Amino acid sequence: MPLPIENDLHRFRSIVKGRMRKDLRRYMGSGELLGKQGDKVVSIPLPQIQIPRFRYGKNMGGVGQGEGEGEGSGQGEAGDQAGEHLLEVDISLEELAEILGEELELPNIEPRGQKEITSAKDRYIGISKQGPEALRHGRRTYKTALKRQIASGTYDGGNPIVIPYKEDRRYRTWKAQTNPQSAAVVLYMMDVSGSMGQEQKEIVRLETFWIDTWLRHQYKNVVTRFIIHDAVAREVDRDTFFRTRESGGTLISSAYNLAMRMLDEDYPVQEWNIYPFHFSDGDNWSAADTRACMELLKTRMLPVANQFSYGQVESEYGSGQFIKDLEEHFKDQDSVVLTRIPDRDAIMDSIKGFLAAGN
Amino acid sequence: MGAGTDFMKGDRRKLPAELEEARSMIVGLGESYGLDFFETVFVMCRYDEINMLASYGGFPVRYPHWKFGMEYLEMSKGYEWGLQKIYEMVINTDPSYAYLLDNNTFVDQKLVMAHVLGHVDFFKNNLWFAPTNRKMLDQMANHGSRIRRYIDRVGHDEVESWIDICLSVDNLIDPHRPHIVRERKRPDVPLDHPDGVHKLPARGYMDKYINPPEFLAEQRRKHAEEQEKQAKFPEDPQKDVLYFLLEHGRMKAWQADVLNIIREESYYFAPQGQTKVMNEGWATYWHTHMMTHDILTSAEVIEYADHHSGTVATRPGQFNPYKIGVELWRDVEQRWNRGQFGKEWLECTDHTRRKNWDTGVMLGRKKIFEVRRTHNDVTFIDEFLTEDFVRQHGIFTWDFDKRRNEYVISSTDFRAVKQKLLFMLTNRGQPRIQVIDGNHGNRGELCVEHIWEGVDIQLDWAQRTLSNLALLWGRPVHLETTVDGKAIVLHHDGEEFSKETRKAAK
Repeated sequence: MPLPIENDLHRFRSIVKGRMRKDLRRYMGSGELLGKQGDKVVSIPLPQIQIPRFRYGKNMGGVGQGEGEGEGSGQGEAGDQAGEHLLEVDISLEELAEILGEELELPNIEPRGQKEITSAKDRYIGISKQGPEALRHGRRTYKTALKRQIASGTYDGGNPIVIPYKEDRRYRTWKAQTNPQSAAVVLYMMDVSGSMGQEQKEIVRLETFWIDTWLRHQYKNVVTRFIIHDAVAREVDRDTFFRTRESGGTLISSAYNLAMRMLDEDYPVQEWNIYPFHFSDGDNWSAADTRACMELLKTRMLPVANQFSYGQVESEYGSGQFIKDLEEHFKDQDSVVLTRIPDRDAIMDSIKGFLAAGN
Repeated sequence: MGAGTDFMKGDRRKLPAELEEARSMIVGLGESYGLDFFETVFVMCRYDEINMLASYGGFPVRYPHWKFGMEYLEMSKGYEWGLQKIYEMVINTDPSYAYLLDNNTFVDQKLVMAHVLGHVDFFKNNLWFAPTNRKMLDQMANHGSRIRRYIDRVGHDEVESWIDICLSVDNLIDPHRPHIVRERKRPDVPLDHPDGVHKLPARGYMDKYINPPEFLAEQRRKHAEEQEKQAKFPEDPQKDVLYFLLEHGRMKAWQADVLNIIREESYYFAPQGQTKVMNEGWATYWHTHMMTHDILTSAEVIEYADHHSGTVATRPGQFNPYKIGVELWRDVEQRWNRGQFGKEWLECTDHTRRKNWDTGVMLGRKKIFEVRRTHNDVTFIDEFLTEDFVRQHGIFTWDFDKRRNEYVISSTDFRAVKQKLLFMLTNRGQPRIQVIDGNHGNRGELCVEHIWEGVDIQLDWAQRTLSNLALLWGRPVHLETTVDGKAIVLHHDGEEFSKETRKAAK
């Protein structure tokens, strides 16, 4: 007999799922999304739904006991008021991406390229008169036998015994299904210059993590490349991208140049859908470089890219001029999407801006 | 009644012969030590049942709410991953129910039984529990069916979100209120003395001696003050904010009843929050005493020690009420055994003499029984935490360092430690909030005040809570508090939030 609490549990689960659509912003803002990653299941520390209360903040402090040595991980609970409690809900990437996926898609994706077709998959969807006994379809076999007996008048309702003959036997057969896929390459470019503060980089990382997580689930053959830049740009692996700390000046053109070089070498436009994402605080070094960027975009990047996405985080130092320049130059270009990300709460809107279905 | 109570009936309450034997032995043992408990019914539970009970705060039937499901999910995950296990649960009712996890080992079950009897003794005898409803099992089930009825009538979502709102302020009660018997006496103002001045009859030439002008002035002033107070609403600040809301808030009948239910349950659980250190310490004291003196066989010692050490283990930098509690009880017992109290002891500064101090009075056992009757955590720590104890157990305070963005040890000084402990335990570690004006600005708006005691309230949470308060009150609400040394007031009119600095109080 199910326990009565199953009802409450069910209620909670459906709220989490339902609310994840609505309140996803808060959920994503929790910061520790780069949680443990197992084989298939990503264990994400999921904040509980917290009922707000009047309570003390971090500044309350507390009392501890024991040796004061070692790592300072003393995040205790104060009083009987639970602190920031993280509930680990193991939600599989599939589930997570599904939740996101109903609202998002890669815009303007086109069937391009043959190379990256998914391997054909065998599915048992047919019926045949011949086949190995192991695949015999019992129900269909008896159905055929029954039909035959009724047709031939040998069926006796009072003694309903149905005996299949050899001809009645039916077998499952398989068909190889191929899923033609469009190949896509996604380039993530991040400004890591000195003007990007810790919080700004964190926002960018969170946003790219989510975009990346979702894209990799949704499209089997998405290739991702990562570029970080300050005054010079370099390609890094995923791990470095999510962890690096740099500082320096800002030459956005350096990133665009590198991206173009990568595209030219590895991803011919006939075969690939191309999605560059760029995140910056919009504080470029010089007007001359900005002009160079616009030129690069106009003549080289945009002709090949399905969509160019630019997200600008708000920095306390920068002028944030770059997004204005972009707006001015590409007002009428549908394939240029610009979003502003002033804080963590804006991440979801920004992702939607980039990937919302039906853009 | 839901299906939840089924497993508490009939043969489920019958313990296996081996445990039944242990139970009657331990009960007899407890009584011989002078423990005085309600009849305690032990029920064996599967892990999912005990997880459910723990999520429900120990009661098999509660009102439906997602938060129980959330807690259940967390506990189930913890159990499945082998991170945590709930060995027992016991509730403050008469008879008391204690739930034992059925896959506990025999030693564990004995330990748990002894521990439980400590709790039940505490529930029964500690005065802070005196006003609690000992038939809460029925009351909780009653609350459940009332809320279910409202759900049937007005819809699940609506009732549930109202519960969310009520839970958001369920800590705004006054745990001392059930103990206060107070009737407010209004001074009678005779009609013929409308200004409140009562003159004694006197002849004209004696008048200024019998009714001195200063006295009359004083009376007039007092009267004016009284009048002013009576014009105020409430007359005195109300710490039981929920009561004030119930009495004066604008809500529908079912909403008021839900709020009333939440308030009642809040009061029921409050003493457990007020006596966490004492209660856990007391139960731990008794299970260790009984286990090591009377119950354990030599084959069981290692297993017992292993389990027990898990209970009192303190993770680096953390505060374990079991540990501090049991050590303090032992300290009190020892001090009163050796006569380490009173004027002479306090005035003695000679280290060696203090160390060897033993008058042999052996009052320890008597003293701890007395203390368990009258104290709560705040008074317990205030009275019995000593400098020696703090030093001996390496207790320190920690704070959050904004600049370094991490927690740092701030002090090992006795006074600082004690102060912080008391602060954490006062009002169960939550900010104190009281109603100061129920007719703010003469517009029927509610003004509550955070009694600032050195620590700021968390603003984003306060903001969200305030919006719930506005829904409960039905009119705009205001919260006066102090943040970063500045007096501020937060407003919420039910739709929008605003904040402004407050003019310094007169």
